[in-house]
Amino acid sequence: MATVQVSEAEKVYILHGIRDDLRVDGRGCEDYRHMEVETDVVSNTDGSAKVTLGHTAVLVGIKAEIGKPRPLIPNEGYLEFFVDCSANATPEFEGRGGEELGTELSNILYKVFNNEHSLDLRSLCISPGEHCWVLYVDVLLLQCDGNLYDAISIAIKAALFNTKIPRVHISSDDEGGKEIELSDDPYDCMRVNVSCIVTLCKIGHRHVVDATLQEKACSVASLIISVTHKGVITCTRKVGRGSLDPESICEMTEAGRRVGKALHSPLIKLLQQEESLGKKRQKVGFLG
Amino acid sequence: MAGLELLTDQGYRLDGRKATELRKVQARMGVFAQADGSAYLEQGNTKALAVVYGPHEMRGSRSRALHDRAVINCQYSMATFSTAERKRRPHGDRKSTEMSLHLKQTFEAAVMTQLFPRSQIDIYVKILQSDGGNYSVCVNAATLAVIDAGIPMRDYVCACTVGFVDETPLADLCHAEEGGGVSSLALALLPRGGQIALVQMDARLHQDHLETLIEAAMTACKGVSKVLDGVVRQHLHEASVHSRE
Repeated sequence: MATVQVSEAEKVYILHGIRDDLRVDGRGCEDYRHMEVETDVVSNTDGSAKVTLGHTAVLVGIKAEIGKPRPLIPNEGYLEFFVDCSANATPEFEGRGGEELGTELSNILYKVFNNEHSLDLRSLCISPGEHCWVLYVDVLLLQCDGNLYDAISIAIKAALFNTKIPRVHISSDDEGGKEIELSDDPYDCMRVNVSCIVTLCKIGHRHVVDATLQEKACSVASLIISVTHKGVITCTRKVGRGSLDPESICEMTEAGRRVGKALHSPLIKLLQQEESLGKKRQKVGFLG
Repeated sequence: MAGLELLTDQGYRLDGRKATELRKVQARMGVFAQADGSAYLEQGNTKALAVVYGPHEMRGSRSRALHDRAVINCQYSMATFSTAERKRRPHGDRKSTEMSLHLKQTFEAAVMTQLFPRSQIDIYVKILQSDGGNYSVCVNAATLAVIDAGIPMRDYVCACTVGFVDETPLADLCHAEEGGGVSSLALALLPRGGQIALVQMDARLHQDHLETLIEAAMTACKGVSKVLDGVVRQHLHEASVHSRE
């Protein structure tokens, strides 16, 4: 992760602030930074989204293709992730420098999203054992200012909301081969709904949501939780050099569930609002 | 592409433009706060993001530092979703390395590197959507980013890709035209003095047509430079209004 050097005095200052539920930028411990989400930014993908969370900027593009399902799970489709930590974020990511972080991020994304509880993979199946939808999710990291997992998962959720997967019917033709037919109705499509990731960092005796790079430098360890819109936790992972005691993990999980559940409904409402503007919407992208 | 007329008898191209018309250029400087300089530029459907870090101390091997000027380090990469067919590797393949070297050559001609000895300037360009003229869009975006970073340059660097079809030069090619068997030439120009920083062509063209093609490219580049100048002035105006408040 692109790290920032923090002096001891700053660390103490941040620690004391968090102890009193007041962070450096005035937020409470469970508040997110200013977030901007926009979908359909790149036109030659099937779905795309750009998310800016404070100074962290992430762009996700999704391409849907018909492929063969995995041999062990023949009645489900799957997602393929690729995270590109571009040199735009920091010069350390030039060349192969960003590969380590990219692999770490994409491994966690595989763990979280290729799991039947986070999203309904069976809806991506067309004909068991032969055809299924494969969604290639490409994440581009443009600016790094902490809390990458949350930003990436929100961007993936928005991009998947923007991806309309057409419903296909398999019919067998005369020679016994299978033919794939798309329905004539352009609105006959489905959407994939996924869970969101919430990262909680333990700083001192309290935990914070949406930590900046400075706060991350003061934290001991973090917990990554994936929460669905119903508040069901589908994946948990601890990252960081330090260790956590069981009570902290329980506390953080509860807080994560609360924050994650509260994140879904305003996000979906916003995405639906954006979609309802239809063609009249002014596409801003990076020009705004 | 059989059956697609690159230039109709009435003089219209595939996307309805005339032969000397450029695509719509929209740009914005200062897109990212963390980098020293950044810019986003759209030319038609090709979108590029350029970021500049520097001048800063040499990263990596100190031995590569030059005693009398700055080293310019460029990286060209494409987002995996930028092309119609999903790209597996964003950079590291031969084409990206070649583009990075071209960008380096172009900017070494324009940036006043002798003001920053023993230091390094990094220019990173990312193509978000590719629809032809990748090199030109990168150069234009990178010019804005270098200006945003406050690094002194001799002049704007403007680039354009032109092609030759039916005895007519076509300015600012899109992807369909580039793939349609057109002899394309990429040119990077410093408009005020009319100095050419880079000329690149790898197709067959009759010698007699070369002069017309280069002339057309230079005119197109001068058109782009007017747009870029407008963007820079607009950005400065906004910044000065902002600081006055």
